[in-house]
Amino acid sequence: MLIDWNNFTPWTALAGGALIGVASALFVLFNGRIAGICGIVGGLFRPQKDDVYWRLAFIAGLIVAPLVWQLFGTLPTIEIHASYSVLAITGLVVGISTRYGSGCTSGHGVCGISRLSPRSFIATLAFMFAGFLTVYIVRHVLGA
Amino acid sequence: MMSKHLSNISVVLFALLSGIIFGLGLILAGMANPAKVLAFLDLTGLWDPSLALVMGGAICIGLVAFTLAKKRTSSFLGLKMHLPTSRIIDKRLVLGGLVFGIGWGLSGICPAPAFVLLGTGSIKGIVFVIFMLIGMEVFERIESYQKQLKK
Repeated sequence: MLIDWNNFTPWTALAGGALIGVASALFVLFNGRIAGICGIVGGLFRPQKDDVYWRLAFIAGLIVAPLVWQLFGTLPTIEIHASYSVLAITGLVVGISTRYGSGCTSGHGVCGISRLSPRSFIATLAFMFAGFLTVYIVRHVLGA
Repeated sequence: MMSKHLSNISVVLFALLSGIIFGLGLILAGMANPAKVLAFLDLTGLWDPSLALVMGGAICIGLVAFTLAKKRTSSFLGLKMHLPTSRIIDKRLVLGGLVFGIGWGLSGICPAPAFVLLGTGSIKGIVFVIFMLIGMEVFERIESYQKQLKK
């Protein structure tokens, strides 16, 4: 295993992670909800009464975050190498599968593991494994 | 009436605040950069382990918060606690996770960063979000179709 020391950013990763933890903490302690993004968004498709505004507000928060960031500094580099067709297909796949599996990186990976949920441990293992394997196949077997 | 109105506003404000902090965390951590996410998933290439520390940092805080949350019957704003109770490990959970991992591994984008990318004005981010939302609607339709079949 070769570690990419030039791009390894331990401190910002830890600090950013801590902020994600703080956001999830605020959300569960004040709103009584899991900060699982696909669950929050998915709940908007067949909404129940009084169950819409907080969902929209959380999503709006994510969308304005880069604008808030730019009040204080410039955004770090963002590179999306995937083509439009790959993004469309993977977007569709991510939408269906995260709803089918009741969670994504935030709901299972952060909140679920923090809750010590056995379901979330399994789900996180599953998507991590598939993610590692997919990148391995794409980059080292197919050589893309 | 007034206090109910005020509490509704605070529910929305706390959701907004949580979303903003969550998004800032993703940007700071590097999770909003799909290239960095893929560099983390590339274990056998030149590996960037940063994102393991993102989860580590988030879970450290999360452990404390959720330990506290589990003991409460209502939130600080007086809302019902909506914590999942299911402990069933089934096909849906595992298959959903595996397929999500494939999509994540191909694009480097998962649902939360997708919305942050949308906010940066990235056209690619917008395309991903639109198709992700279509996917969620497809899921709802399949679910309701299957429920009708069972009736």
